[in-house]
Amino acid sequence: MKLKRSLLPLAGFALLLVVLIVGLVHSPEKDIIASPLIGKAAPQFTLPNLFAGKGPVSSAALAGHWSLVNVWGSWCVSCREEHTTLLMIKQQGRVPIIGIDWNDDDADAMQWLQRLGDPYQQVGKDPDGHVAVDWGVYGAPESFLVNPQGMVVYKQIGAMTPQIWQSEFLARIGPAAPGGATSAAAPVVSTAAGSGT
Amino acid sequence: MVVELGNYALMLALLLAGAQAFFGLAGPAFKRDRWVAAVPSAACGQFVFVALAVGALIHAFVTNDFSVRYVAENSNTALPLFYRITAMWGAHEGSMLLWILVLSLWTLAVVVRSRYLPREFAARVLGVLGLLSFGFVLFTLATSSPFGRLIPSPADGNSLNPVLQDPAFAIHPPILYAGYVGFSVSFAFACAAMIEGRRDQLWARWMRPWTVSAWAFLACGIALGSWWAYYELGWGGYWFWDPVENASFMPWLVGTALIHSLAVTEKRGLFKSWTLLLAVSAFSLSLLGTFLVRSGVLVSVHSFAADPTRGVYILVLLCVMIGGALTMYALRAPAMQSNAGFNLLSRESFLLFNNILLTIAAAVVLAGTLAPLISQTLHLGTLSVGAPYFNPSFLVPVLPLLALAAIGMHARWKRGGLTEARRSLLWLLGIALIVALVLAFGVYGHPMPLVPVAATFGVWIILSALIEPINHLRRRTRLPWSVAGMCVAHIGLGVLVLGLTFVNSNSIERDVALKPGQSAQIGAYRFHYGGGQKVVGPNYDAFRGTVTVTHDGRQVALLHPERRQYWVQGTIQTKAAIAASPQRDLLAAMGQNVGAGAWSMRFQYRPLIRLVWFGALIMALGGMLCVFGRRQRGPVPVAAAVPSGTVPLGTGATAAGALAAPTLSVPSAPTAMHSVMPGGGPPGTGGKGAA
Repeated sequence: MKLKRSLLPLAGFALLLVVLIVGLVHSPEKDIIASPLIGKAAPQFTLPNLFAGKGPVSSAALAGHWSLVNVWGSWCVSCREEHTTLLMIKQQGRVPIIGIDWNDDDADAMQWLQRLGDPYQQVGKDPDGHVAVDWGVYGAPESFLVNPQGMVVYKQIGAMTPQIWQSEFLARIGPAAPGGATSAAAPVVSTAAGSGT
Repeated sequence: MVVELGNYALMLALLLAGAQAFFGLAGPAFKRDRWVAAVPSAACGQFVFVALAVGALIHAFVTNDFSVRYVAENSNTALPLFYRITAMWGAHEGSMLLWILVLSLWTLAVVVRSRYLPREFAARVLGVLGLLSFGFVLFTLATSSPFGRLIPSPADGNSLNPVLQDPAFAIHPPILYAGYVGFSVSFAFACAAMIEGRRDQLWARWMRPWTVSAWAFLACGIALGSWWAYYELGWGGYWFWDPVENASFMPWLVGTALIHSLAVTEKRGLFKSWTLLLAVSAFSLSLLGTFLVRSGVLVSVHSFAADPTRGVYILVLLCVMIGGALTMYALRAPAMQSNAGFNLLSRESFLLFNNILLTIAAAVVLAGTLAPLISQTLHLGTLSVGAPYFNPSFLVPVLPLLALAAIGMHARWKRGGLTEARRSLLWLLGIALIVALVLAFGVYGHPMPLVPVAATFGVWIILSALIEPINHLRRRTRLPWSVAGMCVAHIGLGVLVLGLTFVNSNSIERDVALKPGQSAQIGAYRFHYGGGQKVVGPNYDAFRGTVTVTHDGRQVALLHPERRQYWVQGTIQTKAAIAASPQRDLLAAMGQNVGAGAWSMRFQYRPLIRLVWFGALIMALGGMLCVFGRRQRGPVPVAAAVPSGTVPLGTGATAAGALAAPTLSVPSAPTAMHSVMPGGGPPGTGGKGAA
């Protein structure tokens, strides 16, 4: 009888543990971070080109082929970290990268691209973050994979790495086919850290 | 290079913590004398290497080594040196390192005082502490190492969250951690007592000073955090029932219950198993708080999304430590029951009620903190629990607790009765009632119904705590230190209650939009906006307004609230201007430029708010009197080495780091952005802290 009573705290703790585990598994925040855009048409936008003199950058550039939309800023440390990966992606030539230069100073951004190399096919500038809001951007960097039908298929929060590019992006784009035709990947709802352990 | 050495130092600390745990627990179990003898050396070595690791990280901050990711994310060349050092605990990774450093300091203190303990018991205590340290160092190395490099390194860093660029922030986290983590010593004593299956109550005597010191640190830390939030966030609140605050408040409530039940166990040998349970619970709540704050289940959302292993890891740690301790409790507690009786009006029963009510209060806070999580789990939708739940539910156990505190101090042990003090207590209750009524109706006016009640209890506690010192003064006898400490702590409680009562009932706040030359009336005070100008700070631009406050036509304060924009992160922050005095605070905070030269502003009048923090500090002082008074009496283990060890902030290697999301509500947004969201928050989205 006495032993039973002294077991109560342990039982209470076990109950608490269940709540915590369920909370961890169904973290409410996952739903927030998994972009509601996934499986939906990419938001339309038209932005002035970062390089004055070139034409505006618009969502028309996404039509008809796979593309990567990368939100960045010269103020962002992780953007610098992923820069090498972006240059590598450009070199692979599988998809064009459309940059959205978010909340940035034009001169800083241009200097950044001159110094580190320019992985982007086009860069639109979004100094007030209007387009970033449409895309549901939380912080930089974020990268969106848009399929040939103009649908957002995957969202990566945080720096792109070669591993993530391989496992989350290339896996969805499918094997390189001659002539550039690729299979349409089914929209997948996934969290940003889907690749974590 | 230095950073890599720091990393190695932390790995060595891990090994030594493992050795400390193994020898400490296995040595006495297998009766290996030499294993037992190795424990203190392992503990000291562990401290040295943890301190080296902390020193290496601080070195990276001081030398602006942005090739270290953690430094790049939390510091910047424009940041003043002082904040570059405190930035070490500005985010998750560094604050975990601070956690470990504080734990190793407490461990060191136990080693220093262990000559007053039986050798094997001390070894077991250190063994449990070593196990804890091992778990946390492993956690830090595996999931949250602050020593990671960032190649290629950026030219400059992201800077420290502006909300954290403040002197109080520098001392708040280390002191708070000293309390939070200090309960690990009580936990270790409880575990050691359970492992040995001790039937005596000596362990309670040994545990008590450690518990009281941790409790006093925690009180200081919570008060500092509340004060910091009050002036830094600029909106006049001092307590938000935020999960991060609750995480430190729950251990404090249980810790308060624990010091009271320890008194019974030490003096009378009663409540033994209950005291053990409280000691385990106080630290378990600290760990639970760490889990809630760090895993992102409740607050800093993104850290979890960024690294799910963290939440899982802490959960496993929680399972092992708390589950292990509670299992041991389930096995050992039945043998520790004691059946000595006591009278209904005895000191024992007052302390029992104290414990029950404090436990209920902690349960109320725990329920409110976990409610959003539970509702999510049961798919009841998202639920937000705030002051409308906490304030009234918290009062239910706490009001009777206050009344009992005034009487309980004068109850006798065992046989019970209040004969001597009964008449004085009744008299004092009368006086307290009159004072409270005068304050409530005369000075502050229009009170809510509970105000006179709470104020009466506040005054009554103060007066009742004075009986004993006055008696001693009359008889010219020396007041024992422990009694003096107890009286001082209860006076602090009374002061705190008075502050809380009137700041809640009589504060006035108004949001207004004013052009230069216009004024607003706040209670008896007239706030006049004289215009503003642009100023430049060390790492921000600001718009600074000038507000003159008059009372009956006489100027009482000149306020300069600021709205700052920080260069690096672009965040906008409101720096409130506060005119403080013992009777009231006057606050002005700049809102936004609403056009045509007009600014939206918030003006506030907050009576007696200083008493809230002052009361908490008096309570902590009372605790310290008990601890150090005991020490003068001789060979009782005391946490003597601890304060001297934890205080030296910002002095090189021992300068500890601390808390990513300081106790307060704000940091959830900006700090999380940093630790999690690679790259940090976008510039220009600003104002999160102050919004």
